[in-house]
Amino acid sequence: MTRIFIPQDAGARAVGADRVADALRAEAARRGRDVTLVRTGSRGLFWLEPMIEVETPAGRIAYGPVTAGDAATLFEAGLEEGGAHPLRLGKPDDIPFLKQQTRITFARCGIVDPTSLDDYRAHGGYRGLSRALQIGPPGVIEAVTASGLRGRGGAGFPTGIKWKTVADTAADRKFIVCNADEGDSGTYADRMIMEGDPFSVIEGMTIAGYAVGATRGYIYIRSEYPDAIRAMERAIVVAVNRGCLDDFCLEVRVGAGSYVCGEETALLESIEGRRGQVRAKPPLPAHKGLFGRPTVVNNLVTLATVPAILADGAERYAALGVGRSRGTMPIQIAGNVRHGGLFEAPFGLTLGEIVDGIGGGTANGRPVRAVQVGGPLGAYFPRALFDTPFDYEAFAGRDGLIGHGGIVVFDDSVDMARQARFALEFCGIESCGKCTPCRIGSVRGVETIDRIIAGDRRDANLALVEDLCQTLKFGSLCALGGFTPYPVMSAITHFPEDFGRTRLPAAAA
Amino acid sequence: MTMWNEAQGQEIIRRHAGREGALLPILHELQAAFGYVAAESIPVVADALNLSRAEVHGVVSFYHDFRGEPAGRHILKLCRAEACQSMDAGSVAQAVLDRFEVAWGGTTADGNLTIEATYCLGLCSCAPAAMLDGQPIGRLSGAAVENLVREVEPR
Repeated sequence: MTRIFIPQDAGARAVGADRVADALRAEAARRGRDVTLVRTGSRGLFWLEPMIEVETPAGRIAYGPVTAGDAATLFEAGLEEGGAHPLRLGKPDDIPFLKQQTRITFARCGIVDPTSLDDYRAHGGYRGLSRALQIGPPGVIEAVTASGLRGRGGAGFPTGIKWKTVADTAADRKFIVCNADEGDSGTYADRMIMEGDPFSVIEGMTIAGYAVGATRGYIYIRSEYPDAIRAMERAIVVAVNRGCLDDFCLEVRVGAGSYVCGEETALLESIEGRRGQVRAKPPLPAHKGLFGRPTVVNNLVTLATVPAILADGAERYAALGVGRSRGTMPIQIAGNVRHGGLFEAPFGLTLGEIVDGIGGGTANGRPVRAVQVGGPLGAYFPRALFDTPFDYEAFAGRDGLIGHGGIVVFDDSVDMARQARFALEFCGIESCGKCTPCRIGSVRGVETIDRIIAGDRRDANLALVEDLCQTLKFGSLCALGGFTPYPVMSAITHFPEDFGRTRLPAAAA
Repeated sequence: MTMWNEAQGQEIIRRHAGREGALLPILHELQAAFGYVAAESIPVVADALNLSRAEVHGVVSFYHDFRGEPAGRHILKLCRAEACQSMDAGSVAQAVLDRFEVAWGGTTADGNLTIEATYCLGLCSCAPAAMLDGQPIGRLSGAAVENLVREVEPR
């Protein structure tokens, strides 16, 4: 019997992985071959999807991008022995895009069967929880703090400190909330983990619950991710049936198409059954969170990284990275890019190394003009800033943010005035309406950019947009209004010619 | 999917009534059962959860997902966010809208297809992306658009 691995990741399914699976199954039956198809997550090399792997005595051999029409020639070429074929990629780990990575959070993604707890355990799963039970709750919090792990949702708050705050707050009940409301364009790391390695989320949340004294957890998943919702719910059922959730009750809650619910307090409101409106802080969710109780709200990648930190030691994780950005970041290279995919690496690569080197430039071969880093609230970076190292502080120092690690590449046909307009339009569409700068400023901003695009008193209107951005930045309740100025102002600053301004020599340097 | 039916609605509400924060799960299930959240369901939900009708209406109207009337037989979501924009999703979307003669959020005259905007499906490395009746579609251009059209055409 030969095992063939085909991703069931939504990104692979979107480009035909199900049709490939059907074709391979039919072709194997026609030829009377004994093969078993295993649906895995994706390795994250999306330009090669659907990428299939076959188990041979020499290890797994990959082929891609495979179409349903390739099934016959693959079997003729001796697919089961890893035979030569134009689509043969060799051992996946030798493909440069994978070889250059340091996979910790994504170590199992694309390799294991996401429905199999045995497979999870065979690949190191639940070693982290075992270690946690040995060292006790204070030891866990110490380890997470020592690892330097910071919130991977974008805010970058030290995870250990958040956990300690919840642990130190007395209450009748406490909660762990996993934020899987991954709404930033250009990001899909949460989705890939849920579809490819969901037990790591369950283990991470169980450890968090043990550390802070919480016995109930919620995973809030956006409704745009039906595959991830199914995968996560299936994994919870398996974990419950196998006795892995005896002391910790876990439930999936589904969002309803609201971007702002990715903001932690809006997310809590949504779980409680209300409009996803932001709460003023303080009180912090760590003191008064879900249903008024102390609550750890962590991004999914943060929680999925915890088991590996405990299993292999905080020092090992902390040894990676630069400055105050320790460990690895799953960078998602997206948009108009030749080699788009999930690239987990220690902090510190420069933006240019990521976009030009790893990403290979644009998909259509035109010059890269701008990249937006960190989602719709992230800044647009010009080539002149491609020396910026990928870490929280370096991006903040250049009026940007790394956010959840998404990088969207644009070629030279991009109109940055249109992109600035979209940022404000999106803010208006998704504003929760609670604070005035965001609710009204976004709409006035769109109108003002429209005047600039139409050539109506450009300098005066640009000054007005800059002033409005100051108000948004300092007067908004949350990051939606507060960070919308990043894409708007970076577009105006770095691409003045798109707003009818001449580029000053100093700005080009 | 059927039109609103109070007995079935009550049954759905009853199943969730004991949960903390039951409102969103109830609304999701009502929409899954009937295809929309009927105005008639709002007082019933409000009564079961001890909320005012205004509170329930406020939640229904806040979230983009909940619709007040039935959609077409098929629902196509086209991504309009940045990663898809970088791959010319705007032109692709316009071509699809023109082909079916609808505007964003509209339903074709024969009730077959509703086309909605969405902001990110997490398929950003195979843009432009779409979702047809919950199934993901990537690299939506040329031939993929034609396949899509064929799939939703009434037979």
